[in-house]
Amino acid sequence: MNKLNFLQPDKNNLNTYLYTGTILVALSIFIVFLNSFFNKDLISFLPGTLSFFLPLILGFIGLHLIRIDHSGLKFLDSINKNINTNNFNAFLSLLIVFVVIKSLPPLLSWFILDANIAGDTKDVCTGSGACWTYIKIWFNRFMYGMYPNAEQWRINLSFIALAFLGTIGFFATEKFKKYLTLYYVVVYPVIAFFFIFFFISGGPIFFDFSYGIIAAVISVIIGFFIPSKFKMYYFIIVPITLYILLKYVFFYEELIELGKLEALEWVETGAWGGLSLTFIVSFFCLIFCFPIGLFLSLGRRSDFPIIKYFSIGMIEFWRGVPLITVLFMSSVMFPMFLPEDMFIDKLVRVIIAISLFEAAYVAEVIRGGLQALPRGQYDAAKSLGMGYWKMHILVILPQALKLVIPGIANTFLALVKDTPLIFVVGLLEIVGMLNLAKTNPEWLGFAMEGYVFASVLFFIICYAMSKYSYNLEQKYKTER
Amino acid sequence: MENRGITFGYGFLSQESSFDVQFSLIEYDGSHSYFRAYLVGLLNTILVSVIGIIFATIIGVVVGIARLSNNYLINKTAAVYVEFFRNIPLLLQIFFWYFAALRALPLPQDTEPMFGVFFLTIKGFFVPSFVWNNLDIFIYSLIAAIISIIFVRIYARKKQENYGIQTPVLSISIGLLLILPILSFLIGGVDASVEIPVIKQLSQSGYTFEGGIKLPPELISLALALSLYTATFIAECVRAGVQGVSKGQKEAAASIGLTPNQVLKLVVMPQALRIIIPPTTNQYLNLTKNSSLAAAIAYPDLVLVFAGTALMQTGRAIEIVSITMLTYLSLSISISIFMNWYNKKIAIKEK
Repeated sequence: MNKLNFLQPDKNNLNTYLYTGTILVALSIFIVFLNSFFNKDLISFLPGTLSFFLPLILGFIGLHLIRIDHSGLKFLDSINKNINTNNFNAFLSLLIVFVVIKSLPPLLSWFILDANIAGDTKDVCTGSGACWTYIKIWFNRFMYGMYPNAEQWRINLSFIALAFLGTIGFFATEKFKKYLTLYYVVVYPVIAFFFIFFFISGGPIFFDFSYGIIAAVISVIIGFFIPSKFKMYYFIIVPITLYILLKYVFFYEELIELGKLEALEWVETGAWGGLSLTFIVSFFCLIFCFPIGLFLSLGRRSDFPIIKYFSIGMIEFWRGVPLITVLFMSSVMFPMFLPEDMFIDKLVRVIIAISLFEAAYVAEVIRGGLQALPRGQYDAAKSLGMGYWKMHILVILPQALKLVIPGIANTFLALVKDTPLIFVVGLLEIVGMLNLAKTNPEWLGFAMEGYVFASVLFFIICYAMSKYSYNLEQKYKTER
Repeated sequence: MENRGITFGYGFLSQESSFDVQFSLIEYDGSHSYFRAYLVGLLNTILVSVIGIIFATIIGVVVGIARLSNNYLINKTAAVYVEFFRNIPLLLQIFFWYFAALRALPLPQDTEPMFGVFFLTIKGFFVPSFVWNNLDIFIYSLIAAIISIIFVRIYARKKQENYGIQTPVLSISIGLLLILPILSFLIGGVDASVEIPVIKQLSQSGYTFEGGIKLPPELISLALALSLYTATFIAECVRAGVQGVSKGQKEAAASIGLTPNQVLKLVVMPQALRIIIPPTTNQYLNLTKNSSLAAAIAYPDLVLVFAGTALMQTGRAIEIVSITMLTYLSLSISISIFMNWYNKKIAIKEK
């Protein structure tokens, strides 16, 4: 029998140390467990401070006793390696375990056990837990804002259709893969716009602007099949001719009147809201801010002083001011500079403001990627006789953008998290709706439930986005 | 603009503002000018930014180091904290603290004091304040201590470069910082007493605290949300920085006989700081700009006082919004100039 030295446990008396230590640790956890789940205090006979600290002391001694290097037991070794490397670590591990055990019962009771979800008035919420009835009753409002109940299928249908159209890329066969960029960059946003304008808003089919969009789309699609020699002229001439043709030849004023189908009820943007508005604003801002940011970042590295200083000025200005003042400006100052008969919708102004704001951040991120590329890439592309645009599109940008996927994803996440700020101009997306519901005299006092609900929603959206960007990063990672 | 009957000019800044502000660091009431109101808002913005930056840095560094811990539980706890607070919009967090969490606090008459002197109530956080005699002498002693620390550092560096002898600068600095102010108490006639907030009945059911300093719940929830949110980003910066120092550096340092503490102080931290400082600067800037969300919970910051109330009263949108934006621009630029200077100071000096 070896001599036991409790200050320095060793391998020779493994079992003795192991049993004593495990019992002590188990005892300490058991005491805390009973105390927190069943409200029974095993050690209440001890004086106050001691009974408070006793589990910690017991567990600490126990962990000290089982801290034996190379014991030969796989489980013990992994515990020692991961949570029990030294006294300080053991202490912190115990603290974390106890805090988790202590905080589980109140959380469980608030979220599930004492919570109410039945019924549809405030009176059913008698328990001490959360009142999910509140969320249930207000769910429609949190999702669709003030959008008329009978028309909500329009939002649902558009979102489902858009989600389906968005996943088309995954099903494309090899033959159509090369058109995917065209699809996602040009066609998809336009389809989305049409869906939202005609379907969610119920706008007339032929408003003044739609000729421009149709002309631009048709010319871009044809442009892909035109030899590059004529592209420059093509892109100047064709859209303008198409626009004029469409507006003055194909569609007369009478036809415009015909085009104003009254099938769908017009719902003004002020009534939009809830989570669907969050999605709409984020979607369009994502689409717009990326190209603007790309051009700003290229402009900042340009050789022309005018373009360069314009880009620097834009980037530094938008990065220097808070978004809330930008939105403020868009709602208070911007209309003053417009001609009196011109009116731009609140939602459009907000989307422009957020896009410009986030574009400055995107520009800085992309600039980082451009700077990270070695000069040799530029020189090699130039030596092959490529021009500025060809060099950037074929050689520089694919490499640079690949490098900055995490940064762009972070900017996009920031954008999604910034959308609640549109409450400044009076648009109520989900957080704004929560604040409105909270002040409803019939449903006072449920702020906590609402904020927890919205937090969970935002957490799911943002976490999914960040995981997706991580996957993307892994997918396009090339070993150097 | 002309046809809307709008005139342009900054003359309104000297007019009487005739509105009141809930919380102000300088003396202010309705009889002061709009410019004074602007200063009140600006100081409040700076106050909440400074508080936020200090706490965000402390939490961020602790969590960032915890993320690097080889203890599984600590590591995961830090990771959960970072993922959770980073993925929830800041505005939602501010609302949560202000409308949900801080509303659950007790009324003043039911409050149990913390450590006997702090009172956390639904009406705000009441802390004791100091009442000073001869405060200026105390401040002079502090300045003197800082100047002498700078001299000690210069001397220590010279000694290190010429003779290779290290001086314990840190302990000397702490000693100086303690001894000179204490001397000012003993000799200089400085004298401070603590004023503890005392509960006072206003009406049948209305109670409040008198004396001490009152931190309004708006300030607390804003500072809390800002620091918890920004700390997650700072934590990631710290983690990236420490991981960015290659293992060979630590091994090389250990092999020339530096102690673990010296390895951390002389080899790892200087290199890690070089990676940490630039993104952390960005986070400080973001925090300062995000403090403008104060307007959502009626904390009287620059946006609420000046671009809100003052704008509504005067109707001078262009002037006021431009001043507000310029102020934030110059705040951002001054922080980034300072950080660039610091960054250049610690950057690699290639010979």
